[in-house]
Amino acid sequence: MSDESVQLYQKRVQIYPRSVKGRFRNLKTGALVLAYLIYYLLPWLRWDRPNAPDQAVLYDLPGRHFYIFGLTIQVQDIFWLAGALIIFAILLFFVTGLAGRVWCGYFCFQTLWTDLFIMVEHWMQGERPARIRLDKAPWTREKLIKKGGTYAIWLLIAFWTGLTFTMYWADAPTLVVDMLLGRAPYPAYFTTFFLTATTFVMAGLAREQVCTYMCPYARFQSAMFDHDTLIVSYDRRRGEGDRGRSKLAKGLKTREERHAQGVGDCVDCGFCVQVCPVGIDIRNGLQYQCISCALCIDACDAIMDNLQWPRGLIRYTSENALNGKKTHLIKPKTVGYGVILVAAISLLTWSILTRAPYNATVEQVRQPLYSQLSDGSIRNTYEIKLNNKLTAPVTVSISLEGATGAILDMDGMERLVLEPQERIKLLARVQIAPDPTGPHHGVEYITFVVKSLEGATAEPIRRKVPFSMPDSGS
Amino acid sequence: MSEQTSEKQTTGAVQTTGHAWDGDLQEYNNPLPRWWLWCFYGTAVFSVLYWFIYPSWPVGQTWLKGFGSVSYTVADKATGKEKEQEFRWNTRSLLLEDLSDAANNQQRKDMLAKVQAAQYDQILKDPKMMEFVRSVGKGLFGDNCAACHGRGGQGVAGMYPNLTDDDWLWGSDMEQIHQTLAQGRKGYMPAFGPVLKPEQLDDVAEYVLVLSSETASNEASERGKAIFHGQVGGCYYCHGADAKGVPSQGAANLTDRIWAIADVPGQKNLQDKKNVVKNFIATGVNNTRIMPPWKDRLSPTDIKLLAVYVRQLGGGKQ
Repeated sequence: MSDESVQLYQKRVQIYPRSVKGRFRNLKTGALVLAYLIYYLLPWLRWDRPNAPDQAVLYDLPGRHFYIFGLTIQVQDIFWLAGALIIFAILLFFVTGLAGRVWCGYFCFQTLWTDLFIMVEHWMQGERPARIRLDKAPWTREKLIKKGGTYAIWLLIAFWTGLTFTMYWADAPTLVVDMLLGRAPYPAYFTTFFLTATTFVMAGLAREQVCTYMCPYARFQSAMFDHDTLIVSYDRRRGEGDRGRSKLAKGLKTREERHAQGVGDCVDCGFCVQVCPVGIDIRNGLQYQCISCALCIDACDAIMDNLQWPRGLIRYTSENALNGKKTHLIKPKTVGYGVILVAAISLLTWSILTRAPYNATVEQVRQPLYSQLSDGSIRNTYEIKLNNKLTAPVTVSISLEGATGAILDMDGMERLVLEPQERIKLLARVQIAPDPTGPHHGVEYITFVVKSLEGATAEPIRRKVPFSMPDSGS
Repeated sequence: MSEQTSEKQTTGAVQTTGHAWDGDLQEYNNPLPRWWLWCFYGTAVFSVLYWFIYPSWPVGQTWLKGFGSVSYTVADKATGKEKEQEFRWNTRSLLLEDLSDAANNQQRKDMLAKVQAAQYDQILKDPKMMEFVRSVGKGLFGDNCAACHGRGGQGVAGMYPNLTDDDWLWGSDMEQIHQTLAQGRKGYMPAFGPVLKPEQLDDVAEYVLVLSSETASNEASERGKAIFHGQVGGCYYCHGADAKGVPSQGAANLTDRIWAIADVPGQKNLQDKKNVVKNFIATGVNNTRIMPPWKDRLSPTDIKLLAVYVRQLGGGKQ
């Protein structure tokens, strides 16, 4: 081919996916309904939480608290987010290694919203041929209404999507009213606008191109595939036979006739291509565009059922199975991912279940390291930070342990009520009369003990800190 | 997706970019969508617009200042009143806007008002107010006091008092600390060099060391004691009959272990200790220990905050 014909950029080819019925379609619809029920309704769910917002799931950024049902996550616990992300990543690796791009096909929001937008398109403009006809037709009143109506519904869905996302970051009923009255904070409007725009563009206009050109996950999931991974695949040997596929022509009506002539089971109806939301022909083999949505399986199964031939010309299978070998599901890779997954989930669960109701840190004031007092004893000062993680008041007491003769002076704040979610810094002075007979060391250690007296049951928190003394040369 | 390559690829129908590297290395041409290209051009065009929208390049003696401005409230230095100010958009004015209008600034103002309204003993007992005083006081102390008293209030031996010990020359009551800050203090002790004979100075120095248990009572110290409590020295006028000092005079407690001026703990032997004490008694304090008044330089609120801050540094009298 000549250099002149090389096109580095191409106009997008519009895809008109045909609707299809079948078990994978039902599975996808089920996942979609479940995901949307959760996403759109969750911000409206209330949760009884004294002294704190009553929204079941609320990410309160100004207040530095994430509320997730019975769990309140503080800034200090944000590493749980890292834990959750690690779990999601390993889960993706694990599932992708076993069953291919399950995430892409059934759960990814790009897939879900594109699916929903195509349903709207189908409802407004009709089935695939009608949509192709409509696009080619000149602009008439009918086309204007159908196209405009589709866009209007898309925009409405997109707006509600954006608004719902914003609701997770503020009290939902208040926010909606505030936004209508124009008194919500600027970021609320921006977030809603931004997500409305992206939802509309990504699910309405860009669609499969998001997966093909933008999404990094789409690409790197391929790296987790191996010969045992479940993929949506066309059974080339059954479909093509020795002489290739052929339509249901005369003398090629039954399987027996076709097999006798060396023709495969594929009747080249093209249904699998028409239903594909990313516009590929699965019969060309595994392609990077394929999101494993399995709609081509439904399409082919429908045709096979019609012909009363066995299903599975297109099916979930592995490369090894296609080549007549055994598929191994248990192998070092999957076991390894599984072990890491279980370990990560256990660790995170353990960390959340054993979270302290309050925490305390003690830091020595280092300028000056110590002061000599009028009676000759040595004083160090410490800054104690207390943080009540609960939404109820907690009474704590602060005392010393392990240092004989140490006197703690906190101006009467040794016992203190921490208000719900209160964070406070206290000053503690500790004085020790040095033993005149014993050798002095530059640094000794004392232990602060923070006990909860009321409002929370927890192990006392112990913080060992240095106590500085002058070095005695003599 | 290695072995099951697509039909197009195996039959060679896939387009390549037409260039061959190392003889046979070719690249499949998977064309990008055209809109992607236009987006790229769009970003290039926008980058030029961006130079004008936001502050950017120097141009001659000036620079591209960008559009937009930020308004924020600032306190007028002279009057202390708040006024609205507008400045062109930059990250500094955004920060100032954030500082003036943010929710935590309102919290700070509320807390300040609370501290202003409260009595000293209320503040000292309230953990929240004390946290606030420590936070704000640290800055005030650093700006105004740390030059002499040190960043942590530890002072300079012999020159500026240590504020972190429990020895308060001018008293540790809040009223006394406030007085010290607002009106200033001037330490004074007459020079006894011209009044006492050298051997008498020796005796008094000996007695002073006995007072703070540096040495045991002896003949010399007994003579010193007579001078201290008698008409010759008259030390007890200021330091008191028990030698525990009189805060209203700024007279030091001589019975404790703290030496504000004479560097006794730094001396190796008793003779050196006696010498530094003797020298000090001989020269006295005159115009060398001065705390300036702050009432004209700091607002009453600042003085109040600093008084509490200083009180918590030393923790008052034990």
